[in-house]
Amino acid sequence: MTSLPTSPSGKRLGLVIDLDICVGCHACAVNCKEWNSGGIAGPLTDLDPYGGEPDGVWFNRVHSFEVGAGGDGRMVHFPRSCLHCAEPDCVTVCPTGASYKRADDGIVLVNEDLCIGCKLCSWACPYGAREFDSDVGVMKKCTLCADRIYNETFDERDRVPACVATCPVSARHFGDLGDPESDVSRLVAERGGYDLMPEMGYAPTNKYLPPRPRRAAAGCTGAAAELTAPDHAPAKGLLGWIDRFLSG
Amino acid sequence: MHPALSVILFTTLSGAGYGLLALLGVMAPLDLLPPERGFAFAALGLALGAVTIGLLSSTLHLGRPERAIRAFSQWRSSWLSREGVASVATYLPAGVFGIGWVFYGRTDGVLGLCGVFAAAGAVITVFCTAMIYRSLKPIQRWHNRWVVPNYLALSLATGLLWLVLLLHAFGRPNRVVAALTLLSLVLAAALKLSYWRFIDGSASASTAGTATGLGGLGEVRLFEAPHTSENYLQKEMGFVIARKHAAKLRRIAMLAAFALPFLLTLVAFLAPGVPALVAAAVAAPLATVGVVVERWLFFAEAKHTVTLYYGATHA
Repeated sequence: MTSLPTSPSGKRLGLVIDLDICVGCHACAVNCKEWNSGGIAGPLTDLDPYGGEPDGVWFNRVHSFEVGAGGDGRMVHFPRSCLHCAEPDCVTVCPTGASYKRADDGIVLVNEDLCIGCKLCSWACPYGAREFDSDVGVMKKCTLCADRIYNETFDERDRVPACVATCPVSARHFGDLGDPESDVSRLVAERGGYDLMPEMGYAPTNKYLPPRPRRAAAGCTGAAAELTAPDHAPAKGLLGWIDRFLSG
Repeated sequence: MHPALSVILFTTLSGAGYGLLALLGVMAPLDLLPPERGFAFAALGLALGAVTIGLLSSTLHLGRPERAIRAFSQWRSSWLSREGVASVATYLPAGVFGIGWVFYGRTDGVLGLCGVFAAAGAVITVFCTAMIYRSLKPIQRWHNRWVVPNYLALSLATGLLWLVLLLHAFGRPNRVVAALTLLSLVLAAALKLSYWRFIDGSASASTAGTATGLGGLGEVRLFEAPHTSENYLQKEMGFVIARKHAAKLRRIAMLAAFALPFLLTLVAFLAPGVPALVAAAVAAPLATVGVVVERWLFFAEAKHTVTLYYGATHA
């Protein structure tokens, strides 16, 4: 059923991505690819992987942007994946019922057994979250690692999406954004987390944390402003004797 | 947006076919068309043939065409599903109407009512086709009020051009139909020019700044793409057409779809006999080719917001 759930639970699982911390290492994208190639959405087909024009399905892409110019210019690394929107047109445009939004936790998924590969959902997503697998002939997208986050064979701390588990700088956070008291919701409130393209009206669940303001000048670290010449007092003892011998 | 040939052929052929079907369904019960069975067979055959070829070609771009039947299930939310349901539902009254007219030479009573239902189905199907594009918010050049009137007007104009040809081919020229055709061509051309003026003069509210949310910090420029070769998103939605080529193709579409068919129909309107038949025989196919060019441009000139993540500043 591609109509949106009429009585969704208050739960809205999603990601919070800290653009202040992300270093653009692509580990999230690579671990996502690794996990999901064997997960419920696998295989994530790669065509011509070692050729001149490799092409494949990824659920997560890391873009790097230059923002501003001159002294205020900065580099921002920007991971982009499905935002599991509250108003996802990608779901409602689906003619077959393959695309759906779960009432229980708000995750947007594709039932690959129903998908006819018309690609309309990928046109309806402003964020480019859906990628067509031309080898299998169906649409694929981020599952928020639905096969990890409820996986009881994992330690509880590992029940997070692969991208979150692997981030070496903890720039990615996973949790319930429908609960204002959750860690991720507090983080969003504290840091001014925001929606991408709010003008589209999709009400994304995932939030992005903005880069922190730059410091206008270097702060005081306690070090002297200028280096002084090292002390060249004459050495004593054996070293002093060698020094005098060699200098003589 | 990538101009997929199967979708361009589908919207062009089914547009003309449904336009013609709608005209036949309304005009035959009102005794405005020749009652001969030969005419009925040719006209309904052309209309339903174009529609059927169009619908079949639309399944060619599917990744799993063998599951196409599932597309009829989600009419509550999906314009694509509604289009599918409407297109198939239209065959029922069109079939009854066709059997009555072709085999029994009758278009009155219930049979005539079936013609009207078929006409309604045809209009609804074209409306649904247009709404598939009209409803896509990420593509500002489709998500605007000009798209639906353009689809409907082009369907009507091409349907009328094929009807004029049929009437001449059966030696039954009709000045009212020819006059309507001239009017519909003017209307369709005016709507297309308005659409082009609209897309040239307005930009999407979304920018690289809103797409990343970083616009408040300064100009946002792509430094490095996530991957070195083109991916699905860029191939499907990153199609870019050079401005000079678009301008040239717009002139070609204007000439082939509207200006030349208008002049040729004027000839058919004024001149009797063979010159009129030749003019009508050139006008209808020429306009159909013109609509193919117009439809190709409709896709090629459409920009998707995902391109904002790949270096575009506006969508």
